[in-house]
Amino acid sequence: MSSSPGRVGVPAWIVVPAVAGAAFVLLPLVAIVLRTPWSRFLDLLLSPASADALALSLRTSATSTVLCVLLGVPMALVLARTSFRGQGVLRSLVLLPLVLPPVVGGIALLYTFGRRGLLGRTFEVLGVQVAFSTTAVVLAQTFVALPFLVVSLEGALRTAGQRYEVVAATLGASPTTVFCRVTLPLVLPGLVSGAVLAFARSLGEFGATITFAGSLQGVTRTLPLEIYVRRETDAPAAVALSLVLVVVAVLVIGLTRQGRTGP
Amino acid sequence: MSFRYDAAVAARDVDVALEIERGETLALLGPNGAGKSTVLAVAAGLLRPDSARVELDGRPLTVSGAGRRAVHVPPHDRQIALLSQEPLLFPHLSVLDNVAFGPRSRGASRAAARATARHWLAEVGVEELADRRPAQVSGGQAQRAAVARALAADPGLLLLDEPMAALDVAVTPDLRRTLRRVLADRTVLLVTHDALDALVLADRVAVLEGGRVVDHGETARVLSQPRSRFTAQLAGLNMVTGTWQDGAVRTASGLRLEGMPDGDPQPGDAVVAVFPPRAVSVFREPPGGSPRNVLRVTPTQLEPHAGQVRVRTAELSADITPQAAAELDLAPGARVCFVVKAAEITVYAV
Repeated sequence: MSSSPGRVGVPAWIVVPAVAGAAFVLLPLVAIVLRTPWSRFLDLLLSPASADALALSLRTSATSTVLCVLLGVPMALVLARTSFRGQGVLRSLVLLPLVLPPVVGGIALLYTFGRRGLLGRTFEVLGVQVAFSTTAVVLAQTFVALPFLVVSLEGALRTAGQRYEVVAATLGASPTTVFCRVTLPLVLPGLVSGAVLAFARSLGEFGATITFAGSLQGVTRTLPLEIYVRRETDAPAAVALSLVLVVVAVLVIGLTRQGRTGP
Repeated sequence: MSFRYDAAVAARDVDVALEIERGETLALLGPNGAGKSTVLAVAAGLLRPDSARVELDGRPLTVSGAGRRAVHVPPHDRQIALLSQEPLLFPHLSVLDNVAFGPRSRGASRAAARATARHWLAEVGVEELADRRPAQVSGGQAQRAAVARALAADPGLLLLDEPMAALDVAVTPDLRRTLRRVLADRTVLLVTHDALDALVLADRVAVLEGGRVVDHGETARVLSQPRSRFTAQLAGLNMVTGTWQDGAVRTASGLRLEGMPDGDPQPGDAVVAVFPPRAVSVFREPPGGSPRNVLRVTPTQLEPHAGQVRVRTAELSADITPQAAAELDLAPGARVCFVVKAAEITVYAV
């Protein structure tokens, strides 16, 4: 960021609340770092329960990120490149999970995919039980993370505009060719930062997961659930695991910032 | 075999009919907002007109309106390429792969598409940029590559949307010459508001004003005898036609004009000498001992023009200061000399 020469200064007193606000956000992170039991850090992280939770979190978050890309890219494209009646309402509803309390999302998923849910019967006929399984974890994560990818990518698509796509079409490229060879490469930074955001949101998912998938070690107990369970019985372990999520969050911020300032 | 266009877009109040014969270049001249972009958008299939019949080489591309079976061929299937003001090279592809994009899209193998691309890059004189990224070439070079890209797609009709408007004036004469060469036997619709582009590149001109064609005909006729206000303003440029002889323009009336040739005209070529009114000085008697071009003329009209006095004759005009006009005691009907330095005259092959 370069400061523009014509900029008017901010009032001096405004620095005080600004610093207070920054401290409010940063101090808790410092607290976690200070309380981390560094001597036992690796042992805590590699204890069976922690390792299970960590592996499960990485596995499910990666899967839900892939699902988000597969579903979110077409959604963003339809929202950014077409217009139809009720599109505005549809966009708002699709982005609802951004503001919906995750617990409510979990309840909603339960009554959709649970045994007595809307689609539960269908899945039961197919011999699949969704609720309280690893699949449920992935569904819960995808549900809350999908809007992040859609919002990020739709913005990138709108910023990129359609000029290159028009040129490509007049050069004889079919819509599919335009999508693969022009649209996707042009919005790749936006897609990457959207996917990273979705991955981070999946990794941190708690409310919908515990409601819809429960908390069974190795099956549905992801890292945030493990931290929640441990915080009373084994506080140092909870802190160590929390630090892992803080590091991931910092990495995510770094990656998405790069995506935004990139070409 | 040609491009036939007849379309109305009610929302923009544009109703235009055009025809371009195969191998011919038609310039569509007009002020901003006249409807030029609308015509291009309909031709390229980006805009659906209310009533229309657009066909290329006998194939209906857009048909709509009462009592007609509607046809709308999508942009990628029209064999119509569009070159706009900005090069719009795909930033993630090399210059070579940009030019190879059209052939690739039409099913050529990667090697064949690249061979075609190299041919067209050489044709527009930027083959050495093949491996660069678009961000690493200048605006003029990028526009050349964009020309190569459009030609490599082998379109049945090429749409040019003010292809030189966004470029530095220093590089436009060169690009104009290149366009003249590569467009010679192509079917082209050139949108421009520059009379020079029309003069150098087009066989015929259609003038668009307020969404309607107000003048139409051979380029030289439309520009020398303008029937619309817009072309009259454009034709403020002095244009003297003749043939290229002994390094100068020889006019039908036997006058000899020296100028700077744009390109390499051969003796006997039809050429036009172009110079702006501000490059003309006016004298009562021919200034002696000077090798400058002297034209004996009779002013028909004096009028104020942008703080100066525009001296008009039947074919030429000169801009001089009010003081000079007063000192010369100019009046319509009195014979004077128009004097132009050779360096101020550009000679174009037509």
